[in-house]
Amino acid sequence: MAASSANGRAAVLVDGCRLPFQRSGTGYTDLTAYDMGRMVLKGLLHRTGLNPAEVERVIMGCVIQDVETSNVAREASLAAGIPNHVPAFTVTMACISSNQAVTSGVDLIRGGLADVVVAGGTETLSDPPIRVKRSVRKRLFKAQKAKSPADYLKLLRGLSPSDVLPEAPSIAEFSTGEVMGESADKLAAMFGVSREAQDEYALLTHKRAAAAQDDGRLAKELVPSSVPPSFDPITEDNTVRGDSTLDKLASLSPVFVKPFGTVTAGNSSPLTDGASATLLMSADRAEAEGHTPRAYLRDYTYVAQDPGAELLLGPAYAIPQLLDTAGLTLDDIDVFELHEAFAGQVLAVLAALDSDDFASRGLNRASAVGAIPMDRLNLRGGSVSLGHPFGATGARLVTTAANRLHEEDGHWALVAACAAGGQGHALLVERA
Amino acid sequence: MPTSAPPALDPAQLHLEVDDGVATIWIDQADQRVNTISEETLDALEAAIDVVEGRADVRAVVFISGKDDSFIAGADLDMLRGFDTPADVEAVIRRAHALIDRVQHSTKPTVAAINGAAMGGGLEMTLGCTYRIASTHDKTKMALPEVQLGLLPGGGGTQYLPRLVGLQQAFQMMLTGKNVYPRKAKRIGLVDALIHPPGLHRAAVTAARQLADGTLSPERQPRSLTERLLESNPYSRKIVYDKALERAEQEGKGNYPAPARIVACVKTGMEEGLEAGLQREAELFSELVFTPESKALVSLFFAKQQGDKNPHAADALPVRTLGMLGAGLMGAGIAQISAANGIDVQLKDQDFTQAATGREQIWKSLSKEVSKGIRSTFERDVVLERVRPIGDYEALASADVVIEAVPENLELKRAVLSDVEAVVRPDCVIASNTSALPIAEIAEEAQHPERFIGMHYFSPVPKMPLLEIITTEHTNQATLATAYAAGLKQGKTVIVVNDGPGFYTTRILALYMNEALLLLEEGASFTEVDDAMEQFGFPMGPFELFDLVGIDVGAKITEVMEERMLDDHFSISHTAKRLADRGLAGQKTKKGFYTYAGEGTKLEKDEPNKDIYQHVPGRGSTSLAPSMVQERLALMMVNQAVRCLDEGILQSATDGDLGAVFGLGYPPFQGGPFRYVDQTGAASIVGRLKQLTRQYGPRFTPADSLRTHAENDTTYHG
Repeated sequence: MAASSANGRAAVLVDGCRLPFQRSGTGYTDLTAYDMGRMVLKGLLHRTGLNPAEVERVIMGCVIQDVETSNVAREASLAAGIPNHVPAFTVTMACISSNQAVTSGVDLIRGGLADVVVAGGTETLSDPPIRVKRSVRKRLFKAQKAKSPADYLKLLRGLSPSDVLPEAPSIAEFSTGEVMGESADKLAAMFGVSREAQDEYALLTHKRAAAAQDDGRLAKELVPSSVPPSFDPITEDNTVRGDSTLDKLASLSPVFVKPFGTVTAGNSSPLTDGASATLLMSADRAEAEGHTPRAYLRDYTYVAQDPGAELLLGPAYAIPQLLDTAGLTLDDIDVFELHEAFAGQVLAVLAALDSDDFASRGLNRASAVGAIPMDRLNLRGGSVSLGHPFGATGARLVTTAANRLHEEDGHWALVAACAAGGQGHALLVERA
Repeated sequence: MPTSAPPALDPAQLHLEVDDGVATIWIDQADQRVNTISEETLDALEAAIDVVEGRADVRAVVFISGKDDSFIAGADLDMLRGFDTPADVEAVIRRAHALIDRVQHSTKPTVAAINGAAMGGGLEMTLGCTYRIASTHDKTKMALPEVQLGLLPGGGGTQYLPRLVGLQQAFQMMLTGKNVYPRKAKRIGLVDALIHPPGLHRAAVTAARQLADGTLSPERQPRSLTERLLESNPYSRKIVYDKALERAEQEGKGNYPAPARIVACVKTGMEEGLEAGLQREAELFSELVFTPESKALVSLFFAKQQGDKNPHAADALPVRTLGMLGAGLMGAGIAQISAANGIDVQLKDQDFTQAATGREQIWKSLSKEVSKGIRSTFERDVVLERVRPIGDYEALASADVVIEAVPENLELKRAVLSDVEAVVRPDCVIASNTSALPIAEIAEEAQHPERFIGMHYFSPVPKMPLLEIITTEHTNQATLATAYAAGLKQGKTVIVVNDGPGFYTTRILALYMNEALLLLEEGASFTEVDDAMEQFGFPMGPFELFDLVGIDVGAKITEVMEERMLDDHFSISHTAKRLADRGLAGQKTKKGFYTYAGEGTKLEKDEPNKDIYQHVPGRGSTSLAPSMVQERLALMMVNQAVRCLDEGILQSATDGDLGAVFGLGYPPFQGGPFRYVDQTGAASIVGRLKQLTRQYGPRFTPADSLRTHAENDTTYHG
């Protein structure tokens, strides 16, 4: 099988880590994406003992950009002590931004353009940039040229009081105006995913995350932090609700589609702050430097659909395409790491993959791709329980997939995620 | 009915599914694209209700459509046309009423789940349900459009709707027939909840179960204080009725019988009780079905359906890219409706700068739609990006159809089209949007006259529904088929006519306008003439229309027609040219028969321009009876329409009706010139024309086929 034959230019994952994820407005409330970016980069350098001068490229995913640090990868890597001569760039592809960071690194390595790449992502949803309205912004721009008080007064002409109210960015889809939760609610209904099934899945992912916290599996991936103003240690994800119950979940009202929707705050991923990073190398370089690779990063794919009809169904298209390319089937995959935007969205993806009807309608296949067994899927929790800092989730998925291969003694892992814009991604990870 | 067998369900109408105490009645008429309400539907629904009422395991009922994107499109119009007497109609109406009453008084709660269009009887059927849920599907809309067919909502609508949404919203819906989209429907209380389409059935079942359990009760937003005050007692309600009536009368000039009857039904129901209201509704509906106005409007509806199908579809080439020559009002309008319907447009004018002004016009027009909530800014952007302004011809190489809308000058049009012929593909259709110049003359020097055709649009293009296609003796089938397909894709109703000066629409309009000018020269007041023709049912009088299309344009058309219809016994007025030469061109110069204030799209009619009388022989002092004015102008148009049919310009009387109503604003309640002749009787028309001939000359000589129909007592529409 071509995909598994190791060669010197294959991209390997040496290590990966992340900051403990925090619900927005909690542990990292005073930080920016740049702050978390430098913290996680420094954490990765410490863990791996890598000489920062060897890094050839830093790539970070970030969705909600701060205008002060629009290339947040560069500012974060400078602050993390990565030398001036190392170029850095920021990529954005909604919730699969750091997947794009990782695969961009893979491309650089495979193409012989780099041997050592740091790829990750960083995001804060505690402090989204809030803008004043366009009418005010235009005036502020002109105000730079104003000289006299009369000039300033002229600028105020025609401005209504409501114009000065700020605008917060929404998580609504730009092209359709639909809020992502509405899309998830619709998608769940499309595949007959009930409220009960969503709540059960939400409970499962929280229980799994809690168990992985308890037995230390999650801690191995974390870079504990201590940040202003209190500098109290932050050592674990505070998004996990191990004490949740089905009754509690069932008592929540739908938040996006009222009153008969099925997506609630309890079965959705929470707004989260956090950052993640991976160290990628060419297989040759890793060997020469004495780094033991965790995994090979093999084939990957990106797909895109109609953002109105199937905003979050990307994995159902990406997974079969990727398996076909690699000549694998679902049965060959030991570890599944799927991004959980919403419990209903994950279950809809699973239902689509297991549906003959979707296979013929959406994939032009004779029969269903197959069922993803729950005992191989997201065993340490997922975005619903661990949280979802948009730009940082992808690198978390890749790191966790590689680590699980070792712990669960598997060979192939499959990472997949959906993203705003109707896009999706899947990546094959092979144990090294 | 403990002993009798359960009634049989009609699988060609609906099927029943019971899930844990909730019965779902899936309305899904076999072999029909959409559901409609016929007598069979009423039978099937009655039987289905019998079944669910009789089943102890059913606690609640959901009504939903089995079609992907429509609920019930309304009553079956063929059924309505098939009735012989008002009593037959009344019987069916009373059955529909009884059905709503049964649903409303059932011991089992009922939920209507609406996805797609719920029109007329389809919407009325839901009004008896305990609860209504609508999907947020793009195609979900609710309306009682009966008024547009000269009817009233006869399925209980005049009674149940005001009780649900209040008098003012109900009048708004019933007197305009306009669509109500989901969010507004929720806001006014027409539906109780909204959900995305895939969740609709489950939500309806959940709601039904909760209603049966008593855990859900419909919560209707209290109406605003003013609304409640106004509708709380008979005295203030009377104000609402009077206002509604007044508005309807004002808009319809008393020509439409339905609006007043709608108000009457509502009033009876609110003041004398539901049963009295339903009885009144049944009586008045049955009456309306047999009025000439309703028959005319229904026939137009069917004619339009016919014009919306391409009889030559098999020969049409795909229309992906349009080359549009001329970025003025007309060109930009054609570009806009093309882009809005998925066609890429190369918008050419003399240079890039001029072409870009057309793009600006489109952006403004689309932005207005955005502010009205008709489309999103994103959709506007997608449409706008399809329009590419250009200054040279090369880009037309990719065009499937090229339409020219350059000034009405034969030499200019020939020159431009010869440049076009040099760059386009051999299979590209080349069309002229002239309003009067014969296509054969324009194509006289063409290398390939077989691909030349006329595509005559009406201003303002985005609003006017008609496209008149003109074929010459050389035009080949693929050209006609492709032009037709382009028109349909642009959302137009299409008629196909043969070439000739002014074709069909311009010819009958020009001679009607000419007659108006002759009246003016005889001393009539142009404001009186305009009033008379508005009263007759035209959206505006001929002189206001002159200002709108441009008096200079009118003069140009007169010139074209006069040169080419020499042998006719016509008295041609040259007043238009005289006025145009003095800078009185109408709206574009802000001064014509009226003066105008404001700018661009905000231009408004101000005052009649009395200076006009300095330039015409008449002084506006001769007062004529409105009926005399109407007789002369309308019969001129009708007689010319018939001549177009006799001369083979028109292919059918139906096309003639469609063209006059949708292109020229001919009064829809008369159904068009030919329907008017049929309803009035050809003999009477011939008699009146003969009288006019004696008074005003041979231009009123009755057309041949009018005489034939008069002699044989036959009609154009069979």
